[in-house]
This record gives sequence, structure tokens and C-alpha cells, in this order.
Amino acid sequence: MSREWVPFGALAATVILIQLVTMFTNTQYYLTQLIMAALYSIVVIGLCLLMGYAGQISLGHAGFFAIGGYTAAVGTTLNLLPHRDHVLVRMAERAGLTIQTTNSWGVDILYFSPWITLLAALLLSGVISLLIGIPVLRLRGHYLAMATLGFGAIIYYILLGSRFLGEADGIYDVPGFGLPGGFTFDGARNNRVLSYYFVWALVIGLMVLMHNLVNSRPGRALRAIHGNEPAAMAMGVDTARYKLSLFVLSAVCAALGGVFMAHYNGGMGPTEAGTLKAVRYVAIVAVGGMASLWGTLGASVVLNFLSLRGYFGSLDDAVFGVVLITVMLVAPDGILRRLGMYTLRRNRDTAPDAFPVSAEKQVQRGTA
Amino acid sequence: MSSELIIQYILSGVTSGSVYAIVAIGFNIIYNTTGIINFAQGEFVMLGGMIAISLVPFMPLPMAVALAVVITAAVGALAQIAFIRWLKRPHVLQLIIITIGLSILLREAALHIWDEKVRSLPYFTGTVVTSVRIFGAYVSPQVFWVLGVCGAAVVLLSLFFGRTLIGQAMRACSADPLAATLCGINQKNMVTLSFVISAALGALAGCVVSPITQTHYECGTPLAIKGFTVAIVGGLGNSTGAVAAGLLLGIIEAFSISIMPMAYKDIIAISILLAVLSYRPTGLFVRREVGALKEF
Repeated sequence: MSREWVPFGALAATVILIQLVTMFTNTQYYLTQLIMAALYSIVVIGLCLLMGYAGQISLGHAGFFAIGGYTAAVGTTLNLLPHRDHVLVRMAERAGLTIQTTNSWGVDILYFSPWITLLAALLLSGVISLLIGIPVLRLRGHYLAMATLGFGAIIYYILLGSRFLGEADGIYDVPGFGLPGGFTFDGARNNRVLSYYFVWALVIGLMVLMHNLVNSRPGRALRAIHGNEPAAMAMGVDTARYKLSLFVLSAVCAALGGVFMAHYNGGMGPTEAGTLKAVRYVAIVAVGGMASLWGTLGASVVLNFLSLRGYFGSLDDAVFGVVLITVMLVAPDGILRRLGMYTLRRNRDTAPDAFPVSAEKQVQRGTA
Repeated sequence: MSSELIIQYILSGVTSGSVYAIVAIGFNIIYNTTGIINFAQGEFVMLGGMIAISLVPFMPLPMAVALAVVITAAVGALAQIAFIRWLKRPHVLQLIIITIGLSILLREAALHIWDEKVRSLPYFTGTVVTSVRIFGAYVSPQVFWVLGVCGAAVVLLSLFFGRTLIGQAMRACSADPLAATLCGINQKNMVTLSFVISAALGALAGCVVSPITQTHYECGTPLAIKGFTVAIVGGLGNSTGAVAAGLLLGIIEAFSISIMPMAYKDIIAISILLAVLSYRPTGLFVRREVGALKEF
């Protein structure tokens, strides 16, 4: 085992250690927030790749998170029993893709297996991000930020205005996610420890995946794009394609987080698609140092944990605004680098600058 | 659709459209002097309305509006001085994120200073039920206040940028910051001034429109998105284009209510934004050759 994998082993050890500590100190309620923080981290890790490595800002990832969550929520709360004679429902049932049970109100229900809705959610977010990404990723800077902000706002207004998506109430009574081995991933107290290990295994898996991506040929191409797009193009890098693939990948990550959040919380509301959530994800990536997967994960866990525990009180959103501005003013490369921690990181040569020196082209001018 | 109804829709469209145009011009002023988009532009509109509402019990309405405009302009100046002015060669992503952070700060500050209640200024003339009849349609006199104030603002601004020395200096900064500096223009002051003007403009729009659309701590973001749409459709930096695009968007929105649910009204503007950004980011009223010089 090479030194490359030490951080992942350390993360796994920390995850186990925290669980053991909460068990012995009888503070297992902390695990609830750590599970949710992990789910948000899945979104942020994807966004980190897009923002830090490809240099593309997105204020639309809360929208993809909600697309994932709502797909899972709608798919698993839709009662198929009245439509049992429909050919599609019969086919799904015969293929073992549905689950029949009695819900908490004592009503017999038949719904799609969460595996099917998970697949549907990932596909849907992938397709939507592809369709949105093709025109929008040709834009840069402000235009891209506003376009993705607009996309997120469209999703929010659709969720808020559609009767079958529950309008302002959202969707509730979403069942847990049944995993092999008879264990269910949901918010129930007796499933907490296993749910905790499950999401963190997911996060570690994703980190390994992203780490490999960043240190592979596509990863080098992405850093080249971020450093200097025309130069990358001149070297034969298909910049548009790389940016688009990364946009789709990060959108799918966001949807993945959304799906499990819907199963964990037993529902999802339209605020998950709100601008404030999208800004929060951007803030976390910025705090983490833009092009640092580990920094982003750390920032995500700390900030989300504090926020979910309610330490910020009614100033919750304001804290993220302050954090965002402060980081951009005093340490735009991220807190870790500013503190000199940067040299401790292994991939010193491969991590790109958060803001490469190509600012002269940013002086955009209009006609008065 | 009867002709009275059509006039009714057009007038209500023109009313909201002129507010969008004002927000768009606010974007343009800052964009022209700095090349950045101020994501907090919508919050200036909200702040203007909120401050005037708080002042109105203590003083006559015109004074409250004037004071609200001055205070918001001061907030704009302070924000620019504190967060942007002293940065050396900031990256565009950095500036975007700073103005986004600023918009959240202003919104949260408004939430804590006031609360989540929806408020509004009193009607400038008459009351809620006062109406004027034109071509068979009934409209509130406030509509004329909105049109008059927005129209006057546009005329005064074009005079300012065309005829006064400071206005010309600001345009020089937008044309070529380095050359402007060599001519002895203090470019930093011009940038701060652009924030002051655009905050004041936003606040003024926020005051005149408050009786009709009401003011709420969260009303800034939708306005910012629509104002940006208008700025883009009209060609970023082009204020005449912004007025035309603003009225167009307002009228389209007003008519959309008759064919689709109210809840989806806001989606129209954003869809137009995405479509125009995707296929003609230079705007509809700008020749392609001019647009080709800009970078997107």
C-alpha cells in the first residue's frame, strides 16, 4: 500500500473512532448530524471538482440535489396499487422492482423499489445537467453564475408551484432505503450506527474515485483548463467536453446526496433547491480552498455539523454569507493554504492555484 | 380578450417592466465601470423600500423616500469600500462570490432588523382603491408614479453620463481604465461612485414600487434575476436596450398570467434568460460585431 492511500485510511479510522467515542460517551445523537453532513459532503465533493479543478462556478447544484431527492421521494411514495393492472406496473412487479407493505396509517401500498428510483434520479439529473450544460457551459464568469442561479430558481419555482410535488410542504412519508443484509438506511434510531457507516463508506468511496480522477489524464486536462483555457485548447484538450463531463458528474453527485437525504429524512421540501443552499455549497468549497478535495470535505463536515446542530441559531444563513466574504477577502486560496498547512499536503505540485493569474482577460468592457 | 383587459395587462406589464429596467440599469452602471456584476443589486431595491417604510411614520413621505435613497446609497458605498475597493487585481470568481455573500448579508440583516412580514409604503396619491380610468381600463395612480420616476431617472442618468464631467470620467474608466487613470481620473473613486449611483437608483425603484408589489426581506433575489435578464436581453452595458427589454419582459409576464398558473410566472423570465444567454449572449438589440468584442 502506497503512501497515497494513507489519508483515506486515516479518514476511515476517524469515522470508526468517532462512532466508538459517541458510543462510550453516550452521545450517539451526534451521529445524526454527521450522517446529514456526509450527505451534503457528497454534493460538495462533486462541486469542488467543478469549481476548483475546472474553474466553473455553479449556483445550480441545490437544484440537482432537489431533483435527486424529489425523484426518490415521488417514486417511493407513489402508491401503485390502484394502477396494478397497468402493463408497466405488472412488469415492474414481476421483475421484483416493487415493494408491497402496509404504511403507518394501516393502508396497503405498493411502491417502486428505492434502487429503481435511485437509478432514475441519477439518470434524470445526468440528462438534465447535460441539456443545461451544453448551452450554459459556453459562458464564463458572471454569465455562468447567473445562468446556473437561474436554473436553480426554475427548479425551486417548479417545486413550489406544482401540486403533485407537494408545493410548499414538499413530500413526506418517504420509506427507508433497503440495503442487502436486511438493513434499512433511514432516520430510525436503531438504524443510526449502520446508516452512519453506510454514508461514510459512500463518502470514502467517492473520495477515492475523485482522487483518482484528479490524478489521471482527465484530471490533468481539467487543471490545464483552469490554469489557462486557450493554452489547454492549443495543447489539444477538448475543453468543452471536459467541462461538460465534469458538470454532469457533479450534478449526479448532488442527486446522489439528495436521494439518500430524502430517504434519511423521510421527505424533502422545496427549500433544498433554494438559492441559499446553493450559495452554501459554494461557500464550503471556497472555505476548503477551491481545488482541495480534503479541504472541502473538512469544511463541509465542520460547517454542516455546526449548522445542523443549530450552533448558529437564527444567524445560520448570515454565517455562510460572512464566511464566504471573509474567505474571499483574506484567504482566497483557502484557509489551509493561508495557514501554511498547504505544504503538509502531498499533492503539492498537482493542486492548481485557486485563482490562476489570467485576470487581465477578466476586465470586461461594455459600451456606455 | 377584451380591449380593456389588454390595456390593463399592458399597463401592469409596463409598471413591473420599468422596475426591471431600473434594476438592469443598476447592473449596467456597475458593470460599465468595473466589469463586474453586482449580485446584491436586488437587495438595494429591497433595502430602499424597507428603510422608507420605517421612516414614514416620523416624517412626510417625500422626505422618507429621499432619506431612504441616501441611506441605501451610503450602504452601497460602504459595502464597496469594505469588500471590493482595496483588493489588488481580484479574480472575477472572487468578485462574484463576494457580491453573492454581500447579497446574503444584506438580506439576513433585513430579516433581523425588520422581520419576515410583508410591508408596503402608503400610496403616493390616493389609497388602495383609488383608480384612474384610461381607455376603459382602471389603474392605480401609483402606476404613473412608477413610470414617471423611472422615466425621469433614465433621462437624468443619460444626461449625467453624457453631459457632466464626472459622468464622462466614469465612461472613460469603462472604455479604458488605464488611459483614464493617465488622464488623472481617480478610477477607484469612480468605481465607488458607480456603487453609490446604482444603490440609490435601486432604492428609488424600491420605494415607488413598494405600494404595488410590497416589500419583503426576500424580494431582492427574484428582482435581481429579472433585472439581470433584462440587462442581458438589452445587451449588457446598454441602458436604452435595458429599458426596451424591461418593458418587453414586464408585458410578457403580465400576459403570461392569462395562460398559465401564477406560480409559474417567475419561470418565464428565467427561461428567457437561459435562452438568450445560450444563443445570443450579446443581447437582442446589439449588433453581433459589437458583441463579438466582449468576452463571455
